[in-house]
Parts: sequence; structure tokens; C-alpha cells
Amino acid sequence: MPKEILLGDEAVALGAVQAGLSGAYSYPGTPASEIMEYLIRVSDGGRAFHAAWSVNEKTAFEEALGCSFSGKRAFVSFKHVGLNVAADPFMSAALTGTQGGFIVCSADDPGMHSSQNEQDSRFYAQFAQIPCFEPADHQEAYDMTREAYDLSERLGLPVMVRLTTRLSHSRAGVETRPARPQNPLHRGARECWTLLPSNARVRFKRVLEMQAELVGYAEASPFNRLTLNARDRRLGIIASGLGYNYVMENFPEEPSRPSILKISTYPLPEALIRRLVANVETVLVVEEGFPLIEKALRGMYGIPGKMIIGKLGGELPLQGELTPESVRAAVGLAPLERQSAEGFPLADRPPQLCVGCPHADTFKALKAALAGQPEAVIFSDIGCYTLGYFPPHNAVDSCVCMGASVGMAHGAAMAGLHPSVGVIGDSTFGHSGITALLSAAAADARMVLVILDNGTVAMTGTQPSFSTGRRLLDVVGGLGIPKEHIRVITPLPKFHEDNARVFREEIAHPGLSVIVAVRECLEEAKKKNKSGGAQ
Amino acid sequence: MSFLRKQDIILAGVGGQGILSMAFVIDSAALQDGLHVKQAEVHGMAQRGGAVTSHLRLSRERIWSDQIPRGEADLILSVEPLEALRYLDFLKPGGRVVTSSTPFVNIPDYPDQAGLVARIKALPGSVIVDSEALAKQAGSSRTQNTVMLGAAAKFLLPGEARLKDFVRVLFERRGEKILEANLRAFEAGKQAAA
Repeated sequence: MPKEILLGDEAVALGAVQAGLSGAYSYPGTPASEIMEYLIRVSDGGRAFHAAWSVNEKTAFEEALGCSFSGKRAFVSFKHVGLNVAADPFMSAALTGTQGGFIVCSADDPGMHSSQNEQDSRFYAQFAQIPCFEPADHQEAYDMTREAYDLSERLGLPVMVRLTTRLSHSRAGVETRPARPQNPLHRGARECWTLLPSNARVRFKRVLEMQAELVGYAEASPFNRLTLNARDRRLGIIASGLGYNYVMENFPEEPSRPSILKISTYPLPEALIRRLVANVETVLVVEEGFPLIEKALRGMYGIPGKMIIGKLGGELPLQGELTPESVRAAVGLAPLERQSAEGFPLADRPPQLCVGCPHADTFKALKAALAGQPEAVIFSDIGCYTLGYFPPHNAVDSCVCMGASVGMAHGAAMAGLHPSVGVIGDSTFGHSGITALLSAAAADARMVLVILDNGTVAMTGTQPSFSTGRRLLDVVGGLGIPKEHIRVITPLPKFHEDNARVFREEIAHPGLSVIVAVRECLEEAKKKNKSGGAQ
Repeated sequence: MSFLRKQDIILAGVGGQGILSMAFVIDSAALQDGLHVKQAEVHGMAQRGGAVTSHLRLSRERIWSDQIPRGEADLILSVEPLEALRYLDFLKPGGRVVTSSTPFVNIPDYPDQAGLVARIKALPGSVIVDSEALAKQAGSSRTQNTVMLGAAAKFLLPGEARLKDFVRVLFERRGEKILEANLRAFEAGKQAAA
């Protein structure tokens, strides 16, 4: 069988392609971006299948849902917080069900390597009452994605594939199988897809009635494996996702291994859990993310006569990602001997804006304009420019979620805060800023919105932006903001004085102003003109 | 070193120094040698000038964890001296550090450089190479990562010839000049560590 070295993200993508994928959609976000980058790379310019970035995750989800409605196999991927944006169609897609197989791939970022929060997408699958696969390695990422398509079509439900950062961004060999052909067109039935209350009640009842079948699937799935150790009944481990790898890392030799139930599909395989619990005195639950399995086991009263340990018991940390060491401690093994740089001042090296980044020049001019006004607030947003929080810029007072800068600046202005400034990138503005700016324009809120138009989605690897250049200016103009208060600047050191003056003028204006700072991202320019050694 | 059954390597540096290129060369060479490979990477925010690592695990047997456990690493290979020390608690007793001596100073509290080099020199078996000077001699200051690959070559599980093959694969597409500079850089690193 052919073996390819793939990122976990790419293993899912290739699994989807070889399962007969017809349409895939996404919005960039770490650690999920590489899924769509791979899909676009192998889509042969759209001739093999359609793969495209969308303006945001909700749109991506709906585009994929339309593909599924058509009878074709559809795919949508995003980072965990992207599922918040897509939560509206996500929850209702469980009711419409699917025509062509539909996979929702959500990549969680425990430890917040590149995120504003920690979430566990398994709870969303549980919330919508749809099946979820959680691969532990690259081969499973590929195999489960293929299986998830078959399951989705068999059940007529969307299926989630949950990834976490370490699998998304690790590479390993994957054995692939021959590709399945794509589905023919075969549209969905209107009574299933039109969620009027009379239809929706029927569809929701269907989802509820399927739950026992889903548990049965999990109990029979070869991806959920129970291995009992009849000689040693003291400890049993329930491990899911990467947690399973860390358990195995610490018990490489089979004879010393406690009983282990590997869980890779949800809803939980209840019969397998009961068998493990019956066989052991103490159950350790090792799962990446929130304690979903552990909570289900504990319930309110626990299991009489059994100890349940894990994140809720404090044996494993509730926050951050699991590590081989944290799992080692939880199973009661002594730490490995290791070297140490203790006593040496290991200064942190946080990420920072590139030298010469246009955002730095914008922040410098904005700060100059706001000098002497300590009450001024700069609401920022999601992107490289959030790094303006750090010295020497010290130019960011908030970062919450995609688009929040606009609504928060508006809300703070209405509360009486002045100057109230929002700072948002061009792609983030397209993603979630437009509607909030329409709201601010209708109110002529006393605020300044700075749109940093660097022409790309920089932080995640320079994916294309939908709302840049002329189109961005047309959109802003079309919202009904007076032309004289839509200003365009070029953030370069030589224009510093002029730019600071523009900021001062618009901050003094008693209504809404938008200042668009236009200069190409350095990374984007480098990509266009690639040469040199390091990459 | 082919008698080894497994090797765990921490690659370290600063975002933009070409850590992932080094990982590509080593894991491609290991695959050619029939080894199992897992390579954990850092993407996203940290790549903007922050501390960057890659955990590279090579083995004749199945590899479980994508992350190297603390105390398991055989080798820390770093393009930057402070970053070499940052991950010292991953190194097993008897493990080795191969690092550049060229500091990448983009933070205000960068430690005293002489003290830093002295701390690394005190580690038994450590190899310190002036990657900046060697890269410049090789024809491009951007080949420091390849200099360090050369410096570590004799300690790596995949053979040197294989490593060089994949330096070629990696840089061929960037044109003759860049390829030649990288091949010279590899040799220079190897000589410096000899």
C-alpha cells in the first residue's frame, strides 16, 4: 500500500478526497488551516473537486451544506472557535440531516498555542447529538475520515471529526487506499430541509430516536478497543485521542500495561465502558480537552465502590494540553531523569510583529494621535496586529473574537467613552466586521474604526482575503458612511506625521470615521518573491 | 549510528530560521532508511519571531507520542544558543546539544552572551558552531540551518549521504546558486564539528 508523510490535518484532507469529496470549504485558523491548504493544492484548480476559502466559518458551513443537499460529499473545516461562528447552521444541520455525506472537522487548540480560548468540540457534537470521531494518530485521521463519510450517508447525519493541535501539526506516514468515486447529483427532499416548526419537530424526533443506534455503532466500532489485563485489576484507563498515545508511551511493554479502553468515537460506547469499570478498582480517564468522558462516568454520585480519577480529581491538569509527563505522573510512574538549565535566565521569546510590519507604523501614528488622552481605548481584534499589545507598541486594550473590535468600540462610545477606536484587519473585517460597522453607521457612533488592509490573512500563513483593496473601500462606502470620513493612509515611517494628523482629525469628528491603512504584508510580499535559503 | 533503534531530536530556533526545513531533511532521510517517523511542529502565532521547536522522533518500532517526553531526547539541535538551552529538560542524561553560537537578539532581556556560551560548553559532548560566519562563507547568511544540519550529521540516525540527498531535494527548486550555497554550508558545518 502506498505510504505518504502527512500532517494530521493533511491526513484528514486526503481521507476526504479519497472518500469521494466534491466540495470543501473553510476559513483560516490555527491549527486547521493546513487542511484547506492541502485540499486546494490537490484539487487541480477545482477540476478534481471544489475546494475554497470562505469569508467566514458560517458561510463555509452553509456552502458545504448546500453541497451535501445536492447529494455530493461535502466537507467543512475550521479551528474550534470557528465552530462558534458556524454554530447556528451546525445545530440545525443535525435536523435537516444530510443528502451527500457531510463532515465537520473542528481542530481544538488546548494550551492556546494560537487561540483566544480553550474549547472542546466534542461537546458541540454531543450538543447537536451527532457522531464524532477523535483520531489518535495520522492513520486513524485518514481511516476515520473515510469511515465518517460512509457513516454520515448511512445515518443521514453530519459527522464531526475532532482534531487537536498536536495531531494537526505533527507529521507521520499514512497508508492510503484507492479512491472512491464522487456521488452523482441527487437533491434533498424539501420536507426534510425546510425547518418550519411542523417539519422541524419531525426531524428533531428522528435525531432523538437515532441515539441508541449511535451508541450501538460506537460499541461495535473497531476504533473503540478494550484490552483487559486479567492479572492486574488495580488500575484501568479510559483514553481518547492523543491521551491514548501518552498512555502507551508510558507503558511500551505489553505485560505491564493496565486494562485500557481506547475511545475514538462518540456518543460513548457504554457497554465497553461498563466492561472496563467492572474489571478494575480505579478508573483513570485521560482525554485531551475538557473532562467529557470523566464527567459522564462520575455523574452526580459516582460509581459505588470505584475510584474515578483524572482531570476532575486533580491527577491531570484541567487547563492546557496533556503531555507524556502529566500522564506519566497520573499513572503513578516516577519522572524520567533529565538534564536541567535551572538557574540560567531563560528569557521568554514571545511572538512579535515582523521588523518593518505595516501594522507597527499604523500603531505608532495612532498612539501619537492619542498622546495626552489617557482615557482613549483601542479595541483590537484577531490577527497579527493583536501583537500590538506587547511593547514597544502597547497599543491594544482588547482582543476577544473575530469582529469584536467594531461592536465593542461602538458599545463603549455609546457608554460615553472617548476616544473609542477599533482596529481590525481586512480579512477579519470581511469575516465579522461588516455587520457591526453597518450597525455603527446607522447610529453614526462617535468612534474611529481603523481597518488594517495588508491584503492577506497573515497570521495563519497568508491565505487570500475577500475584503481588501477596492472591494473593501466599496463595502465601507456602501454602508452609508460619509465619504469625507472614510480616509485612506499608507503606513510608512515617512508618512508618520501625515498619518498622525489624519487620526487626530477623525478622532475629533463627533461621528463615525473609518481609516483604512493600506500596505502589503511583508510575508505576503516575500511569498510572491520567494528566494533565499531558510523557509 | 545505525545500530541505534530510535532517536529523539529536539530542533530549536526562532520563527523564520528554517527549523521546518531541517526537520524535512532529517525525516525524509529517515524514511528512506525505513524508519518510522513522527514530527511535531509549531505553526501559527509563534512563527512570528517567537521560540519555535520541532519534536522529531525516529524509530525502528512504532512511535506513540508526537511529543518527546522530558528526559527522552537524545539530541538538541538548535540554530540559536538561547533556544538550545530552553529545552534542556527534554534531554536525557548523556544526551547531546549541537547548537549555533550566533545569538538572535529580538528581545530586550536577552541573557549575557558569554555566560550563555559558557553554560552550553559546560554540557558534556556539546558542539558549538559559528553558523553565521560559516553560512556567510558558504555564500548566503540564510543557510545557517543547513550549516547546523552538517554540524549534527555524524550524530544523526540517518546516514550523511542521505541527509545531503534531501538538502538537494529541498533546495534544487530554488535554483543552482541557492543549492550550491546550501551544499557548501552543509560541508562547512560538518568540518566545524569534526
